[in-house]
Order: sequence, then structure tokens, then C-alpha cells
Amino acid sequence: MKRIQDFKVAGYTWLNRDSYLIELESEQDLPGIAPGNFAEIKVPGNPGVFLRRPFSIFDVDYDYRVLSIFIKIIGEGTRALGSLNQGQPVSLIYPLGNTFSIPEKGPVLIIAGGSGMAPFLLLGKKLKERSVNATYLLGGRTSEDLHMIETFSDYGQVFASTEDGSAGTQGVVTDHEVLKDKTLPFRMIYTCGPDPMMKAVARLARQRNIPCEASLEHMMACGFGACLCCVTETAEGKNVCVCTEGPVFNVKNLAWQI
Amino acid sequence: MADLNVTIGDLKLKNPVTTASGTFAYGEEFKEFMDPGKLGGIFVKGLTLHNREGNPYPRMAETASGMLNSVGLQNKGVDHFIEEIFPRIKQFNTQIIANVNGSTIEDYIRVAEKLNGLGEMHAIELNISCPNVKEGGMAFGINPRSAREATEAVRKVYNKTLIVKLSPNVTDIAGMARIVEDAGADAVSLVNTFLGMAIDAEIRHPILSTVTGGLSGPCIKPLALRMVYDVYKAVSIPVIGMGGIMNAIDAIEFMLAGATAIQIGTANFTDPSVSLKVIDGITDYCKRHGVENIVELVGGLE
Ligand SMILES: Cc1cc2nc3c(=O)[nH]c(=O)nc-3n(C[C@H](O)[C@H](O)[C@H](O)COP(=O)(O)OP(=O)(O)OC[C@H]3O[C@@H](n4cnc5c(N)ncnc54)[C@H](O)[C@@H]3O)c2cc1C
Ligand SMILES: Cc1cc2nc3c(=O)[nH]c(=O)nc-3n(C[C@H](O)[C@H](O)[C@H](O)COP(=O)(O)O)c2cc1C
Ligand code: FES
Repeated sequence: MKRIQDFKVAGYTWLNRDSYLIELESEQDLPGIAPGNFAEIKVPGNPGVFLRRPFSIFDVDYDYRVLSIFIKIIGEGTRALGSLNQGQPVSLIYPLGNTFSIPEKGPVLIIAGGSGMAPFLLLGKKLKERSVNATYLLGGRTSEDLHMIETFSDYGQVFASTEDGSAGTQGVVTDHEVLKDKTLPFRMIYTCGPDPMMKAVARLARQRNIPCEASLEHMMACGFGACLCCVTETAEGKNVCVCTEGPVFNVKNLAWQI
Repeated sequence: MADLNVTIGDLKLKNPVTTASGTFAYGEEFKEFMDPGKLGGIFVKGLTLHNREGNPYPRMAETASGMLNSVGLQNKGVDHFIEEIFPRIKQFNTQIIANVNGSTIEDYIRVAEKLNGLGEMHAIELNISCPNVKEGGMAFGINPRSAREATEAVRKVYNKTLIVKLSPNVTDIAGMARIVEDAGADAVSLVNTFLGMAIDAEIRHPILSTVTGGLSGPCIKPLALRMVYDVYKAVSIPVIGMGGIMNAIDAIEFMLAGATAIQIGTANFTDPSVSLKVIDGITDYCKRHGVENIVELVGGLE
């Protein structure tokens, strides 16, 4: 059940110049968290960042009551969250949003770029638990952006693409050779990342007749269904809240022009 | 403990703290964070005659100490509210007040008529100030003649407490308040959002799909406070004040400026339990200042 809860900053791991993991610990027990769930975080001591910011829950340790959040810096809020003091209190509203659906049988493919890597560690763990074989395909601009290769390799085979070719295959993810085969074996494709990437993935999935779930990163004011600011249009022409009906959607239900 | 009861027309609130339309959904979304039954009242999300999908995404942009929205009255229509939602939320031990919208005067009348028959609802808030719809909305609230017409027309079909919500996007809000008082309003509420705009310079593009939207949050508080003060002096009906209230002291300031009750809006997004903290803070203020009855504070500037 969703709640407001104070955490304390337990530490940071910097992954590259603009991405880091922040660990937040709590004195209270943590509720169950599903892959795809997110938290609305209040950036402390920074009146310039007025609204909370939504972030996927990257990892959770129920025994030590620690949440780990993966953050890519894109503006003032994500920058400020990267330089808090050890022990500083941080308020979270969580767990919010829905989760991915897991097919009976694998294999499945996960395609992620940028901050879109965030929901896929918990998903990888869940897939492994269910013995569903997963393959990861990560995209980035340069090799610097591929900091998750090792982390994800515990949960499946990992491929990568970079735009400059400094690691993995050169080009965008949808041009990667794992996707070349006309008869892909995957039972599901999951994707999260920049909109153009997710739409390219959705198009490819449709061409190959593979179900595809995308986790949307829409701008949000509340995160829990109160403001109706975060909507996406469905195939039926309805506006639904990404924060409550998503963030994970089967792309066939969206009004995406693909 | 101070007596916190206030009355707006025939509407009795157990305390002056209510939540603003469009920022508290139907209250159910907040149940995990707080007890809505502790509130004086809930002004629910704006209702229209028929289902509305609202404006396309993006519908919000953060600004310095506030936000712009252009949701555009997304709701499933008044019948759905009456049949599906109200039977659930009337169980909350608080006043539920509908926020009534229309593109034409006829729309306002039809919605108000339907709500007139709702036994457990004792008041409506007539929104003639929504800046985010192409037809109607704010157009009614910035023109003295249509503000009068809309109020008079709804007054004829609604015989419980009629609150008219005023737009701040006018030069003379006190004059507008006098007009709706004259046209039969039992109370006025103010302010709705200020028309504003946000631009993403990197891509040379407006952020909102509708280009302009309504500004809310602490950045509008001084403007809203001035307007409540002006309106309080101009009318003899109760005033409900809002605009950037973040805590109990903000709420007290609005009451001192002349508000009998207050609404909390955007603050619900950053702290969904803020309204209960405001109630506690008001109680504490009364204790510190020896206030026995909260109405002593209304217009209580020295
Ligand atoms: C459900 C969900 C999960 C998310 N998970 C993660 C995560 O795990 N890790 C992570 O790093 N990020 C995640 N994001 C994105 C993250 O919320 C934003 O990057 C963050 O809010 C930006 O805040 P800021 O103050 O740094 O930037 P701001 O100063 O708010 O924005 C900088 C610029 O980016 C634009 N912008 C901001 N947010 C968005 C957006 N969502 N879409 C398009 N443009 C935008 C702004 O208009 C502005 O021009 C998630 C978003 C959602 C909705
Ligand atoms: C996302 C959002 C949606 C709103 N929807 C409505 C609405 O449906 N009807 C209405 O009368 N006012 C609506 N408002 C205006 C608020 O009720 C309130 O008048 C305004 O936000 C100022 O108060 P605040 O600064 O405390 O938020 C909305 C405001 C926001 C931020
Ligand atoms: S962010 Fe407020 S409803 Fe989704």
C-alpha cells in the first residue's frame, strides 16, 4: 500500500559523469515492491525544486530496509539529489504504479536506454525467480553510458549498442544484430528509455508479432492520481494517468503512431 | 480548544480547511495518506455535463515555486459522478462539494439541476474561471455580463448553497464579486489559477500542449491574498480563500484577509497529508493567540 515515508541517505555509487545510484535507508519495514513501481521523491533543502520527482525503484533490500534509486542527471532536481549528505532525511511517496506482466515461458528481451535501465534490475530478478530466460539490449551514446552491463549480466545475456561505436555494436538499439533474425524467439519485449527509442522498439515488436510493454516516463505533478497531469492517450482515444494505470503499458493499448 | 466551526450560506463546515477542486481528485486517492473525514470539506474535481478527455499531454510544467497546468477538466461527466463516485465518497465524514463547469449557460444549468437532487450534497461551486477550456470556463468569469447570467441561471435551478469561483484574470475582482453576489451567489471562492505560459528555450517550444495554462502554488499567494482582501471588503457574503496555501500560517493569513474558509490546492501534490497539518496548525495558532472561536479571525486584521 502506498505511503509517505522518511528515509535517510545511506550512500552513493557514481556510475559515470551524470549517473549515480543513491541508497536510502529507513527505520521502518518496507512494503512489497514490484518491478516497475516508482517513488515520488522530495528533493530536500532545495525550494527551487518545488514538486516531487518520480523515479523507478532500482533495487530493494528488505532485510536492511534499503532502497536503491538509479538517477541520470537531466536538471536541477536530479543534480541536487546527487549531492546530499550522508544521513540527510529524504521523503518518499511509494510504492506507486503498476508492474510488468510475466509470460509463462521465456525467452524475453529487455531493451533499455538512459534512465530507462532503472526498472530492469527488479524485473530481471523476478524473471529469474520464475525461470524465464531474459536477454538485455542496452543502448547509449558512448561506452560511458553502458555502466549496467555487469549488473544485468547476473540476470541474462547482455548486448549493447552505442551511437559512436565505442562499445558494443555501433548504431541505435533497434539496428542491433540480435533483432536481425526475422523469427525472433522472444515471447515478450520490455522497453524503457527515451520516447523515440521506445516507439522504434514498439514498431519492431509489432512487425514481429511480439507483445511489448513500455514503461513511460511522463512528467508528473503528484504521482498518485490526484492531478491528472501525467496522461497518455490510449488506442481508444481516452486519456489515462501514467502514474496510476501505468507506468507500464502494453503498447498495443496506446495511441502511438508507430 | 477553539471552536473551528464555520458556515458558508447553509453549508456547515466543522473546520475552515477544505481541499481545492482538481487537486484532491475525489478524495479516495488520499485515503492511504490521511483521513479525509477530518477535513471541513472536499471540493471535488470539476464536473461537466458529458465525459471530457481534457487536453493532450504535456499538461503541466513546473515553475519557480509553483506549476502551470492545462488539464482541461478531464472527467467522466456528472451522471457518472452521481451514480458511481458520490455514493462511495459521501461515506467520508465531511462535506462534499461539486465543482460545476460548462461550455454554455445551458450546460451549467443541466449539471446544477442534477446536483440539486443529491440529498447529501449541500453546496456546489460554480466554476466560471477555468482557463484551460476553449469554450466557456474562464470566458464566463472575465466578462461581467456573462458572469451575472451564469450565476442567475444556476441560482434559479439550485436551491442550496451556491458558491461562485472567481477568476483572478480580471482587472477588478471586487467588482466581479459584487456582480455575482447581486446575481444570487451565497458565497464566492477565489482564486482560480492565473493564466501563464512556460517555454523550453532549448527546443524553442512552449512546454504545454495548449501553449498557456493556469499558474498555482506558493508563487501566487501574495496576489491571491490581495484579491481575497479586496473582495472581503466589497461583499457581504462569505469568502473562501485559496492560492498557494502551504501551511497553517498561510491559511491564517487568508482568514485575516477575510476568508471564512480556505482551500488547499497544489500543496496536496507535494504533501498529501498537508491539509491535516494545516488543521492542527490552526488549532495551535488559536491556542497561542487565545482565540476561542475561529470566526474571530475572519477579517481580523488590526
Ligand atoms: C514513472 C517514472 C519513472 C522514472 N524513473 C527514473 C529513474 O529511475 N531514473 C531517472 O534518472 N529518471 C527517471 N524518471 C525521469 C525523472 O523523473 C526525471 O528525469 C526528473 O523528474 C527530472 O527532474 P529534474 O529536476 O532533474 O529536471 P527538470 O529541471 O524538471 O527538467 C529538465 C528538463 O527536462 C524536461 N523533463 C523533465 N522531466 C521530463 C520527462 N519525464 N519527460 C520529458 N521531459 C522532461 C523538463 O521540461 C526540462 O526541460 C522517471 C520518470 C517517471 C515518470
Ligand atoms: C492540476 C490542477 C487542476 C485543477 N482543476 C480545477 C478544476 O477542475 N476546477 C476548479 O475550479 N479549479 C481547478 N484548479 C484550480 C484550484 O482549485 C485552485 O483554484 C488553484 O490551484 C489555486 O490554489 P493553489 O495555489 O493552492 O493550488 C486546478 C488546479 C490544478 C493545479
Ligand atoms: S501525476 Fe498526478 S495524476 Fe498522475
